[in-house]
Amino acid sequence: MNKNTKFIQGNEACVEGALYAGLDFFAGYPITPSTEIAEHLAKRLPEKGGKFIQMEDEIASLCAIIGASLTGHKVMTATSGPGFSLMQEALSYAVMTEIPCVIVDVQRGGPSTGIPTHGSQGDVNQARWGTHGDHAIIALTASNHQDIFEVTVNAFNLAETYRTPVILLFDEITGHMREPLTIPEKGKLELVQRLRTSVKQGVDYHPYLPREDGRLPMSDFGDVHRYNVTGLVHDMWGFPSSEPKAAYELLRHLVDKIENRANKIAMFKEYHMEDAECVLISYGASARSSLHVVEDRRIRGERLGLIELQTLWPFPSDIIREKCADSKYVMVVEQNMGQILHEVKLSVDRPDRVFLANRIDGVFITPLDIMNILRLIQGKGV
Amino acid sequence: MAVKDYIRERFLPHIWCPGCGHGTVMSGLIRAVEQLGINKNDMVMVSGIGCSARISGYLDFHTLHTIHGRALAFATGVKLSKPDLNCIVPMGDGDALAIGGNHFIHAARRNIDITAIVMNNRIYGMTGGQFSPLSGIGVNATTAPYLNIDNAFDVVKLAKAAGATFVARTTTYHAKQITDLIMQAITHKGFSVVEILSQCPTHFGRKNKEGSAVDMMKRYREITTPIGSKKKKENPDLIERGIFVQENNPEYCIEYDKIIKKAMKG
Repeated sequence: MNKNTKFIQGNEACVEGALYAGLDFFAGYPITPSTEIAEHLAKRLPEKGGKFIQMEDEIASLCAIIGASLTGHKVMTATSGPGFSLMQEALSYAVMTEIPCVIVDVQRGGPSTGIPTHGSQGDVNQARWGTHGDHAIIALTASNHQDIFEVTVNAFNLAETYRTPVILLFDEITGHMREPLTIPEKGKLELVQRLRTSVKQGVDYHPYLPREDGRLPMSDFGDVHRYNVTGLVHDMWGFPSSEPKAAYELLRHLVDKIENRANKIAMFKEYHMEDAECVLISYGASARSSLHVVEDRRIRGERLGLIELQTLWPFPSDIIREKCADSKYVMVVEQNMGQILHEVKLSVDRPDRVFLANRIDGVFITPLDIMNILRLIQGKGV
Repeated sequence: MAVKDYIRERFLPHIWCPGCGHGTVMSGLIRAVEQLGINKNDMVMVSGIGCSARISGYLDFHTLHTIHGRALAFATGVKLSKPDLNCIVPMGDGDALAIGGNHFIHAARRNIDITAIVMNNRIYGMTGGQFSPLSGIGVNATTAPYLNIDNAFDVVKLAKAAGATFVARTTTYHAKQITDLIMQAITHKGFSVVEILSQCPTHFGRKNKEGSAVDMMKRYREITTPIGSKKKKENPDLIERGIFVQENNPEYCIEYDKIIKKAMKG
């Protein structure tokens, strides 16, 4: 094996990606199946001068990393469903105040305590709409360790580019699975550094006045610009405001900066899509079984293709519509009761031709499970 | 620097009712920072939600107005990531000890170098007069129309038991003591708590027939006494003022720097 190749868990691949991206502050709280991320960072961060803190709960964990982001650090926390529920309030604070941060949710079976040691993809809609108020969000996922690494790096890049929290929706299956990861050489993957203001000391700095490209240069706490950060509707100085115009413009900005760039933010992989009659759409661990089915059926001459989504939110509706335009039917493969199925149906021209292949019992969906549904759709019986 | 140099005039007028004690606390706090000669760029103020939390916006520091009860968790991230900054967290009684109670005891347990100021008016003012965990038995509040049966926390005892290494108490009547205690709290290396009894004439005073703001402040003079005074021996019901705890224990950020040194050696 290459010296940069390690045989590790998906959770460790996430740690490696975060460190590669420049993570230097992590706060977290133990929860299965994400705990390994905290354990590895407790050891690794101080080795490079970074900081790790175990907080009293998940609420405090997200709050702490938002505080550390404001002093100029790249920050992350990691949790699973129940902890992610607790983070929703601070998540909307990070959205409103436009603080870059990365939140990992290694999904387990829910609702409630559910099945902590089994995989699920049940938090997809929570990532989108779990917190209160209209907003936009970025959520990414991956199906293998190399992709977990790259998607994690990208999460930090997007967080800095758009001044937003970014959610990494992994699952217990990839999180705990072991496979090789080759860490790219330094400089091979692009890293986005924080955009800091060029406004000099003594000149009025407007922390919440977007540039023409929608970006807002930041100033670190402790630096020469002293400004206010608040979860209240605020003006360009960060001062609370209840002016209808300020409220409207802020909300539009928060949503548009992400939704208007959905195609740019979209990351996905395509397999055998060139002439696909039947399109499978999947993501995370489920995409592994989906790919197996596609390749197996291709050998038998069936024209199956796969779109593996890596960006779940903002949902890449335009791309899905275009890619599925010529298909006879579309099958969404996921480990929930149809959370992405719903989005696909809203995106395509023929929602009646969209079907679901899923499992919700905590057991990893197998190629045979998918095949059985496929045969039903094709009218071949199981 | 003059006191007005610490205030963001753009933010005024403030939201506090006439007679509110919070302005006295803010004034005492500014004087403390001024007398210590701390550069404004080195000051971070983190607050949660409530009347008291609005202090942060009015002051010309780096200010973080966060969510209800969580100010100390945000402040922990600010402080640990940049320990050179002075971190002050003004909180109300509900903010600090109801919704924020868990963060309060854990920040104290870590002994992280943050100054927590609990502005105790024994009521939720911003939402219109509900009882708080510091209201105590017999208090009249909109959510205790038959009088409160909930026991109150003693902030000093709680902070001490949780591990805070500087714990003090005073009132808005004792304005000079506010400045003195906050100065000592900021200078102290570790988690410091200053409880300041602060009158809410609008909600607490009116409902509990304590009279005007001036009457309420005079009452603070009558119901409090310096720690260990003769008056306290004669009347154990009096509330003590002064410094209850002042200890030197390992501070969290300094201890973490030792971890970094250890980890870097490999």
